[in-house]
Amino acid sequence: MSVLVFAESHDNTFKKPALESVFFGKKTAEKLGTQCVALVLGNAENPGQLGKYGADKVIHLSDASLANFDSQVYSSVIAQVAQATGSNVVVLAHSSNGKALTGRLAVKMNAACVSGVNALPETNGGFTISKSVYSGKATVHYALNAENKIISIMGNSLSPQIIGNDCPVESVAVNIPAAKVKVVNVDRVVGQVPLPEAEKVVSGGRGLKGPENWGIVEELAQVLGATTACSRPVADADWRPHHEHVGQTGIAIRPNLYIAIGISGAIQHLAGVNNSKVIVVINKDPEAPFFKGADYGVCGDLFEVVPKLTEALKKFKAQH
Amino acid sequence: MKILVCISKTPDTTAKISFNGDQTFNAAGVQFIMNPYDEWYALVKALEIQEANGGTVTLINVGGADNETIIRKGLAIGAENAVRINTEPASAMSTAFQIASYAKSQGFDLIFTGKETIDFNAAEVGAMVAEYLDMPYVSFANEMKLNGNTAIIGREIEGGTETVEVDLPIVISAAKGLAEQRIPNMRGIMMAKSKPLEVMDPAPFQDNVTTKQFELPTAKSAVKMVDPENMDELVRLLHEEAKVI
Ligand SMILES: Cc1cc2nc3c(=O)[nH]c(=O)nc-3n(C[C@H](O)[C@H](O)[C@H](O)COP(=O)(O)OP(=O)(O)OC[C@H]3O[C@@H](n4cnc5c(N)ncnc54)[C@H](O)[C@@H]3O)c2cc1C
Ligand SMILES: Nc1ncnc2c1ncn2[C@@H]1O[C@H](COP(=O)(O)O)[C@@H](O)[C@H]1O
Repeated sequence: MSVLVFAESHDNTFKKPALESVFFGKKTAEKLGTQCVALVLGNAENPGQLGKYGADKVIHLSDASLANFDSQVYSSVIAQVAQATGSNVVVLAHSSNGKALTGRLAVKMNAACVSGVNALPETNGGFTISKSVYSGKATVHYALNAENKIISIMGNSLSPQIIGNDCPVESVAVNIPAAKVKVVNVDRVVGQVPLPEAEKVVSGGRGLKGPENWGIVEELAQVLGATTACSRPVADADWRPHHEHVGQTGIAIRPNLYIAIGISGAIQHLAGVNNSKVIVVINKDPEAPFFKGADYGVCGDLFEVVPKLTEALKKFKAQH
Repeated sequence: MKILVCISKTPDTTAKISFNGDQTFNAAGVQFIMNPYDEWYALVKALEIQEANGGTVTLINVGGADNETIIRKGLAIGAENAVRINTEPASAMSTAFQIASYAKSQGFDLIFTGKETIDFNAAEVGAMVAEYLDMPYVSFANEMKLNGNTAIIGREIEGGTETVEVDLPIVISAAKGLAEQRIPNMRGIMMAKSKPLEVMDPAPFQDNVTTKQFELPTAKSAVKMVDPENMDELVRLLHEEAKVI
């Protein structure tokens, strides 16, 4: 028995969701009194580094046909490796690719599956796990009642920590089916941390009046090392790119710090951000609904407040 | 082109969430809507493809008779017919199993789901249907063109878009951008009343995930207001109290 973690790599490197999955897999394996095996598909630099985050062993399959993602191919390979390693718990990140795999794997392995979990399982007398539902308005606890279990974990649920050293890397023999989905182009914004992974997010709404005013948002984000986001009307008006839109119909995020600037805090916006650990709201309207969901509020004109906050942060950074 | 669109029902986001004890959702007074990803993007894209290439758009829903309001709405927006599998689904897997059991012998070229439901955000059903039917699955499509039997699809990935090519039949989950929301008109609403809605019994299925308990969040402590003239104080609080910088 062991816990198998699918550790995604992009452009040869492991991003935070991969490290988080491995760390989560290790903590789960400890609870179950077993090993944590990480699986790496395609190119990745030094896969043994996953040992630092808890992997007891890495299985690396670098076959060229695994360079691109196809849910059918990947799920087949992951299921074969689970079988070969005797793993009956599989952990994935609740990422774009993870979401395309979780359901497939559950059917393939006849497993009980819960996606987007936010805490480690309870393993005393059964196996239960929780996730946030109804736009953060409730938490549900599920019991997984099958021999095989598949879990995908929501970003920023648990901070990955270095708890070990590089570990051995092995390979196993698998049949790789031919891909039916052909990747023809990948267009990724470079520089910023993608929103679902970001620990700090600075977000702007209609209160900014127009795209020409986004400089103050970007400057604040830069000083903080944060990723920028926006409300839906802002993306709909093409003031900002669509991939920045957070909320019910946009991306759901759970950063440690979310700074909302000129956003009223409509329920559909909150749905995507109210799992953030700390929320700061800057709005000139004391009645703005967002203040009710905030930890810290600043009631004032954003065009004055935001540059002042940026200055204060620069001063703070110079001293620390 | 034979197209199936999977539609689900979800509480409106403004709904007050409560439970009967801690076990089941309290639906009293809650307004339900069609899941926006299903209505705005999956269904409309299916209709656009049907309008351009001919064929049919069928809706499927797994659920009780109370789901017929959203099914009729889907028919009013333009689907030709609908199927309701008469069972309350207890898990994504049971839903997917029922959809796949129906679709298996029907020869659909395209099966659309929404990206995820906005209440449970599982994003599981599409992938599961694809696996049951042994079909390729393209998740979170935000752009799609058909070139004969080949689909060219843009899919959301972290911080960008990946473009893929794949031959039909396929299962696709629809994300924002795939189509523009359509509002049903009077004629559509009238026509929907007489469109076929078939009710079928579920295939036997054994669930392996059970809900143990729902929990409401602990109330957030009141917001701490900071003087707009004193941003050094906000920085101090974020550093010392919230420990996020
Ligand atoms: C089904 C559905 C789904 C939706 N999904 C989403 C979603 O995913 N994400 C989303 O964001 N929205 C979504 N919406 C829209 C949502 O209801 C709100 O309309 C939207 O979030 C409002 O955006 P906003 O806060 O930027 O703009 P507004 O509501 O116009 O708020 C602007 C705010 O800026 C403040 N302001 C103005 N000038 C200044 C200034 N100089 N200084 C400081 N503050 C200032 C104002 O006081 C106001 O509070 C959805 C709506 C529906 C019906
Ligand atoms: N009860 C249901 N009946 C039909 N389709 C459903 C049902 N539940 C979910 N779906 C489809 O599966 C998609 C993803 O749902 P989920 O995996 O639950 O997030 C939805 O957007 C729907 O298209």
